[in-house]
Amino acid sequence: MTATVASETTLWHFALVGTPNSGKTALFNALTGSRQKVANYPGVTVERKAGILQTPAGRSVNLIDLPGTYSLRGRSPDEEITRDVVLGKLSAEDTPDLILAVADATNLRLALRLVAELKRVGRPLMLVLNMFDLAQRRGVKIDLDRLSAELGIPVVTAVAVRRNGTVDLLRRMDEIADAHLAAQGENTWHPPSTSELRAAQREADRIIAAAVAMPERPDTLTARLDAVLLHPVAGLAILLALLFVMFQAVFSWARPLMDLMQAGFDNLGVLAHDALPDGLLQSFVQNGVISGVGSVLVFLPQILILFLFILLLEDLGYMARAAFLMDKIMGSAGLHGRAFIPLLSSFACAIPGIMATRVIDNRRDRLTTILVAPLMTCSARIPVYTLIISAFIPATNVWGWINLQGLVMFGLYGAGIVSALAVSFVTKHFFWHEHQTPPFMLELPDYKLPRPRALAMGLYQRAMIFLKRAGTTIFSMMVLIWFLASFPQPPEGATAPAIDYSLAAIIGKAIAPLLAPVGFNWQIAVALIPGMAAREVAVAALGTVYAIEGGKEAAAQIGEALAHQWSLATALALLAWYIFAPQCASTLAVIKRETGGWRFMFITFAYMLALAYVAALVVYQVARALGAG
Amino acid sequence: MNGHSRSTNGAASADASLPLGAAPCGFRGRIDAIHVTEDANGLTATEIENRLLELGFVEGAHVEILHEGAFARDPIAVRVNHATIALRRREAMSILATADKSG
Repeated sequence: MTATVASETTLWHFALVGTPNSGKTALFNALTGSRQKVANYPGVTVERKAGILQTPAGRSVNLIDLPGTYSLRGRSPDEEITRDVVLGKLSAEDTPDLILAVADATNLRLALRLVAELKRVGRPLMLVLNMFDLAQRRGVKIDLDRLSAELGIPVVTAVAVRRNGTVDLLRRMDEIADAHLAAQGENTWHPPSTSELRAAQREADRIIAAAVAMPERPDTLTARLDAVLLHPVAGLAILLALLFVMFQAVFSWARPLMDLMQAGFDNLGVLAHDALPDGLLQSFVQNGVISGVGSVLVFLPQILILFLFILLLEDLGYMARAAFLMDKIMGSAGLHGRAFIPLLSSFACAIPGIMATRVIDNRRDRLTTILVAPLMTCSARIPVYTLIISAFIPATNVWGWINLQGLVMFGLYGAGIVSALAVSFVTKHFFWHEHQTPPFMLELPDYKLPRPRALAMGLYQRAMIFLKRAGTTIFSMMVLIWFLASFPQPPEGATAPAIDYSLAAIIGKAIAPLLAPVGFNWQIAVALIPGMAAREVAVAALGTVYAIEGGKEAAAQIGEALAHQWSLATALALLAWYIFAPQCASTLAVIKRETGGWRFMFITFAYMLALAYVAALVVYQVARALGAG
Repeated sequence: MNGHSRSTNGAASADASLPLGAAPCGFRGRIDAIHVTEDANGLTATEIENRLLELGFVEGAHVEILHEGAFARDPIAVRVNHATIALRRREAMSILATADKSG
């Protein structure tokens, strides 16, 4: 390898292209290790993964992991990115000097058809047979020389998940860089027609017949597992059990950690409070910065646990099966089969739920899911619900054994689910019906054992995305809410709580007439504003407005006070309001981040606000008519 | 021969050829034709045919219905040569296949 070593300063650009499930990302991780950067392509919500690697001859290579695709036809934003980078049409990305077509060695058919397309692009191209160890173990015999001769491109094997599994690949990168890089064929690629696709697949099948011998006794592990996991009854039962465990984990395993973090931030706030002189700076540091950042960071345990499950199921190959099982149920509401995990996690918190919509490839399906995710009853609503329920709903039994309070709680959850399904149905059938919704067609990959290292890397990346992207936006919203609740300052010798003199109170009193038809007084209107920080803050805010000392801990006292101050109709209206209310700055910020713009954030805010208002109005007026006013 | 002309081919070979979408679970056979007759889900017939081809549904390929969903026996999981593809019966109606002799 001492030959023509390119000058050390030259940065080469290689790109990984492959079908979904080709193990492309595992290969990318093996080649670049921790030296990778995850960002978004400008203007689209497509993830850009790039990393630096060193070849044995000392070349520095910038490797990019392009979104998986079966073709360069570009049927989705992800696939368009792959096409444009491969064709050198994306100005933000350098044209790759070498394209590495990655294929699952146990499953070459679809990959070889993609290779046929890539060859037409005319750039240096190499086929990487990934998971070669698995193919050997299963008795798949591949004549590498014959395959290379038939395809007319170099072929190299790799085992992404094993140490030294990429030695050959790295060596061949150098050889190809030495020999071929100058030579550049003409680009004759054009979107293949139906007959070209058909011909290419037949040619791929011919090459496989010539160069690959499939085992006489095929591996049956996947088939045997699927006989249970895809069974119409057992499969669904297992899926539900799995979801139950996952939901429990996100909901309860994260709780101690979250409480610990919350306590930590509270203590830090008190520490800052004691260290700083009374005044604006003190309030800003304690209530704006520390509790603002804290209110974001406490979601991290939930996000990590949820993504641990998602990554595990994805790497295992189960996610595609879950979509298969759920397709019919979700499809009737206009949702994609893959939407159920994001929606389920939204019961814990809409933030990890919305982040989890990344498993949905199609943009429209993903947006629909993001739109309805906040309707699922998140854990932050629970303090509000329990406060009002315990204050207003008698703890009597219905039909002898059903607790009325529990029944109301259940009803609130049910209302959230039903409205989410209804909204997605309406969205799909009335707003986006003219748009393409690709038919459900999905490869079910063979089951594979997940690798701890890949899991750890995936988790780390999710955590960083959440902290970096959401943190900045959410933090600035928290500061804004603090500002509204703190300015202007109360005059000297003021007797009422400080919040009464703030912008929040001014706004609250200004919008109170608008909220009168739904039975809200100005105190509720004021409490709704700091409640934007997080729904449960509204409880503490109500306490502040009604001048009850002790904040959140005084929930029982607050409840008692409310029971004297509000009518039952008002309390029920507030419950109805909270089923829909878009009262969570963090969720809105994550929607903005994940959809790549303000538009869907405003749409979500507006439709939820409208639903909340209508629901509260109906409940209040009906309750009053029935004599609960 | 490119699929979406509504020829009488289907009728002529009806005794031998069966739309995969109407086949029972456990069906094994060989694909005779991909024959998308109408636009659906906002996609043109050609695009649906292209997608089926890209997932390996091509004339001559061996298919076997491995699994089906709990509701209305939909969707189905089909072994196509050596890969497994999940799709709905509606789209699978466009795939015409002849059952293997053995059954």
